[in-house]
Amino acid sequence: MGLVAPHGLSFDVAHMLAGGLVLVSFMMLYQDRLTALLHVLALHAFVLALSVAWQAYIQDAPHLYIAAGIALVFKAMLVPYALRRMVFQMGLHREIETVGGVGITMLAGIALVALSLEVMLPVTAHTDPVAREDIALALSVVLIGLLMMVTRRNAISQVVGFMSLENGINLAATGARGMPLVVEISVAFSVLIAFIVIGVFLFRIRERFDTIDVSALDRSRGGQR
Amino acid sequence: MPDPVASILLTPLFAAAILAVLPGYRLGAALNMLACFAALVFAVVLLFDRPPVGVYLLVDDLNIVFVLLNCFIGFTTSAFSASYIGHELQTGRLKPIHLRFYHAMFQIMLFGMNLALLANNIGLMWVAVELATLTTVMMVGLYRTAEALEAAWKYFILGSVGIALALFGTILVYLAARPVIGAGLDAMIWTNLQQYAPEFDPSLLNIAFVFLLLGYGTKVGLVPLHAWLPDAHAEGPTPISAVLSGLLLNVALYALLRFKVLLAANPHAIAPGPLMIGMGLLSLIFAAFMLYRRRDIKRLFAYSSIEHMGIIVFAFGMAGPLGNFAGLLQMTMHSLTKSAIFFSVGHIAQVKASQRIDDMGGLTESHPLLGWGLVAGVAAIVGLPPFGVFTSEFLAVSSTFAREPVLAVILVAGLLLAFGALLPRLNEVAFGPVKGPIGQVHASYIPMFAHLSLVLMAGIWLPPPLVAWFQHIAAILG
Repeated sequence: MGLVAPHGLSFDVAHMLAGGLVLVSFMMLYQDRLTALLHVLALHAFVLALSVAWQAYIQDAPHLYIAAGIALVFKAMLVPYALRRMVFQMGLHREIETVGGVGITMLAGIALVALSLEVMLPVTAHTDPVAREDIALALSVVLIGLLMMVTRRNAISQVVGFMSLENGINLAATGARGMPLVVEISVAFSVLIAFIVIGVFLFRIRERFDTIDVSALDRSRGGQR
Repeated sequence: MPDPVASILLTPLFAAAILAVLPGYRLGAALNMLACFAALVFAVVLLFDRPPVGVYLLVDDLNIVFVLLNCFIGFTTSAFSASYIGHELQTGRLKPIHLRFYHAMFQIMLFGMNLALLANNIGLMWVAVELATLTTVMMVGLYRTAEALEAAWKYFILGSVGIALALFGTILVYLAARPVIGAGLDAMIWTNLQQYAPEFDPSLLNIAFVFLLLGYGTKVGLVPLHAWLPDAHAEGPTPISAVLSGLLLNVALYALLRFKVLLAANPHAIAPGPLMIGMGLLSLIFAAFMLYRRRDIKRLFAYSSIEHMGIIVFAFGMAGPLGNFAGLLQMTMHSLTKSAIFFSVGHIAQVKASQRIDDMGGLTESHPLLGWGLVAGVAAIVGLPPFGVFTSEFLAVSSTFAREPVLAVILVAGLLLAFGALLPRLNEVAFGPVKGPIGQVHASYIPMFAHLSLVLMAGIWLPPPLVAWFQHIAAILG
């Protein structure tokens, strides 16, 4: 498995898929309906699965296909489906979330992408080009995920933001050639566990407040402590 | 004799499986204590019988201190927890089914923390820290009140973001190591990384350290990533507050120290010291100011934990034999003292059925043992002699004065601010007229006084072998 030549087909496809992930991250930023947001989350995980599978192909690393399979089945299908059911059960599918200042959020997202390219490209100059681009784009996805978690007030949207962040880390992990499987499985597991925990929390929060708007939690604090 | 490393890790797992199905809280609490005690025994055995370095697990001079401290405080906390939860069950705040869950989680948390400390693989360590975090999240939310849920949610979200950034940093370290060590598992093993660190690409290491500092720093409770910490301490069961402050913060700190050693070994990478010094001082000063006007006693001591983690990170950032020594000693003393304080505060809050400082008063009169225990604990934590925290803070201040007088002034200012905030609160709570209910509680005093007497002993006389041992570790840390 030699180095992948820059500007070959395999490089271009890897580049395109990683760039696609960033693009889908941007799509998340302006979704104000939860169901639409979950569809974009599924698309996000699907692009990730394609990207991981392509890495498996060009790195000749069969174990990465497993990671791609996990991303496809678990993150692109099961989790969005389960979250979608939750949204319908709680009757949130008609609600429109106020996403404050779409324009500003998008500009902030662009700034974050510029920042991550500026930070990562110079320091990875000596690694192979595929890893280099992947890491830089993965950092963008991570930062946009963070941005999303900060700007949203709804618990489910925050979960979606967190999952897109994890997807970015997955992209970085697969881009790093020969990274032991330990990490991919652990990432997948962590998402699984995280999801269970979140599910528990969502239901508990629902029980108590009849809303999953996190700002309701702030109100419950009451008084200065 | 079974393999001590495997035993330390497997005992809590087996115990957790049994505790999850065991009915009856007395039996559960007893088994919880027994399992913690067994782990402590194995940790002591580890001192004398050190297994060879493995691919996944490692015992060396650095982590054995953390493991011992972890198992010791785990054991004393389990003893405290036995009497604490008995009371919670009586007052109906917890149901028997919750306790089964609680005990099993307690063991899994100890497993996670010990695994993180013993791991010889940066990936495995990350998984273990995440496991310990998730179990504590569940326990913080145990009471299911609105406040507890808010605290758990906040902790969960901030903790996940922190842990995600730490993983990104871990991946970058692997990327830096791969060209030198070669692809695959070898490039994630601590002992390899340490050996080849001088040849790594320094710019990659720099970026990686920034991510690791932010990621694991969230767990350490460094400002501005500390927002989860006061809530998690205040709203969870008090035994969990004790292990959060006494142990989980240390585990994250340990991870940071390991990566700091890597950076320090590379001549071209940035010095990790200034970053740590900056975040440490910021945490110290910020938390010292936040100590004023706290009205919730557990929240008060949670901010005190942030303050102390600031001092510790500062001391390790200053590095050098004295700085590292002060950091290690301060960390050990803080863990022992802060958990002792929480043992006392836990019972006090149960007696008063409140955590508000306004509802407490005259404790030394109504509850002499708990009250004086709290007085001793707070006197120790603000750094009064003859307690051990005084020794370590004195070391930190004096060694800083010799090298960077300006930083030392800031450090002293932070310490005095915290001193000025905590003593009046202690005065309100411990002395003056008795306030609130004065019913007695079936308390366990032994864990609290065991910790306090250790802290007192360290302040008066540090055993020479311990000093030699800490000096040796301080030299490893560079």
